[in-house]
Amino acid sequence: MITINVTKRLTTAEGSITAHFDLTLRKGEFVTLFGASGAGKTTLLRLIAGLEQPDSGVIDVEGEVWFDSAKKINLSPQQRSIGFVFQDYALFPTMTVRENCLFAAKTQEHRDRIDELIALVELSALAHRLPQTLSGGQKQRVALIRALVRRPQLLLLDEPLSALDPAMRQKLQDELALLHTKLGVTTLLVSHDIAETVKLSHRLASVQKGNIVYCGDPMEFFTPQTLSGKLQLIGEILKIEEDFPSIIVTLLVGSSLVKTVISREEALPLNVGNHAIIATKAFTPTLMPLKG
Amino acid sequence: MESEFISTMVLTFKLASITTAILVVIGIPLAAFLVFSTIRFKSVIETIVSMPLVLPPSVLGFYLLLAFSPASTLGAYLTSHGIRLAFSFEGLVIGSVLFSLPFMVHPIQSALAGVPKSIFEASYTLGKTKITTMFRVILPMIRSGLISGITLAFAHTVGEFGVILMIGGNIPDETRVASIAIYDEVESLNYALAHQYALTLFVVTFSILLLVYTLNKKSLGELR
Repeated sequence: MITINVTKRLTTAEGSITAHFDLTLRKGEFVTLFGASGAGKTTLLRLIAGLEQPDSGVIDVEGEVWFDSAKKINLSPQQRSIGFVFQDYALFPTMTVRENCLFAAKTQEHRDRIDELIALVELSALAHRLPQTLSGGQKQRVALIRALVRRPQLLLLDEPLSALDPAMRQKLQDELALLHTKLGVTTLLVSHDIAETVKLSHRLASVQKGNIVYCGDPMEFFTPQTLSGKLQLIGEILKIEEDFPSIIVTLLVGSSLVKTVISREEALPLNVGNHAIIATKAFTPTLMPLKG
Repeated sequence: MESEFISTMVLTFKLASITTAILVVIGIPLAAFLVFSTIRFKSVIETIVSMPLVLPPSVLGFYLLLAFSPASTLGAYLTSHGIRLAFSFEGLVIGSVLFSLPFMVHPIQSALAGVPKSIFEASYTLGKTKITTMFRVILPMIRSGLISGITLAFAHTVGEFGVILMIGGNIPDETRVASIAIYDEVESLNYALAHQYALTLFVVTFSILLLVYTLNKKSLGELR
């Protein structure tokens, strides 16, 4: 059990706010911090890692106190059992893939599992290569396994997939899910991608202006309780067109475009660029395999 | 005459080597301080480090001479402990270190400033101390900045004239370095020897710089 209850004064674009994060993670759980940029997601991750210091509060990891403002306990990042994956990967450019992993190792047991980890993310053939010669997705995999070498109690991922193209993103989401199932490390992911959140996480913590406003099932968060649709798709609104007397909305769902006709009233809360749920109740959908 | 030539050249490169070695030891922490420190008076320290770039060497030499003289507080203290810095090799080392400081610090400083913060943090979250991070991650990364600093500081010390003339004078085997010897030989119309010194300095410094830049380019090429 990991208990986090901290406050921190943040300077945001809209002025200064006092963030209060209250979050509990169960062992082996995958939790996503979801929210707009500037909400404080990355700050929370950095507070947990010890890269920034909370103003007050407690961080307790499996009975070990990492931070306690009342008792003046504040473990350094080096003393905390974490794996941190940065948005820009932060690979050491003078070290090869294997050397990057070896640098993280502390014991012989850590060194012994490096080859296995490298094989797990299919990088065995590239183990002797320097990071500059790798693609974005490959760099991300190296950063991920490097963070796992020391068997951390908590894996912290700061939008690790945001710089990748959609296809690579999907592939890495699958790998991340696989790694999590295999290794069972408690994971906290920062994301603002709905599909990623729903696909990967057991629970979602929605962060808004420095507060966790929702913590629970990801699907329930994105779908209103009143909706009992049989088919629900989440998409991004690309276009809202007038077509008297109704409105035509174009959405991007995955990589396909979907057009739907709605009434003027329904269109009122919708804006281009926002995400929306498209749900249908009347038909039984059929599924067919794609040819080729 | 031949043995005097050799001892002068040896003294010149001994001064440059010792100065460069001292500068490596103090230059890296100083550059790191200038990049990462958040104290208020940082710009004052930055200015002092950069002063030798714009100040005539004679100004620095003059004040060092005053400071080293037994009439000053520092000089009197040193003299009472049996240390004489004016017109001595040790004094030259101190003068050269101060005068070549920006040539060592600036390339390291700009290389360090170019290292992303996340590289440091990644190493810390992997359980490594600041010292380990510096030696195993950061210094290899800023290798070309380090090599530039070492080369520039060394070459600059070999070529230094003003400060050395002011605080060192022209004592054979003690403070008479090649740049002073050239001036001295020309004054005594001994052009052949002056030429011997000048050409040797030219060839040696050219070779060092060429070697270093070639190696540096090669190692950078490997990284890409």
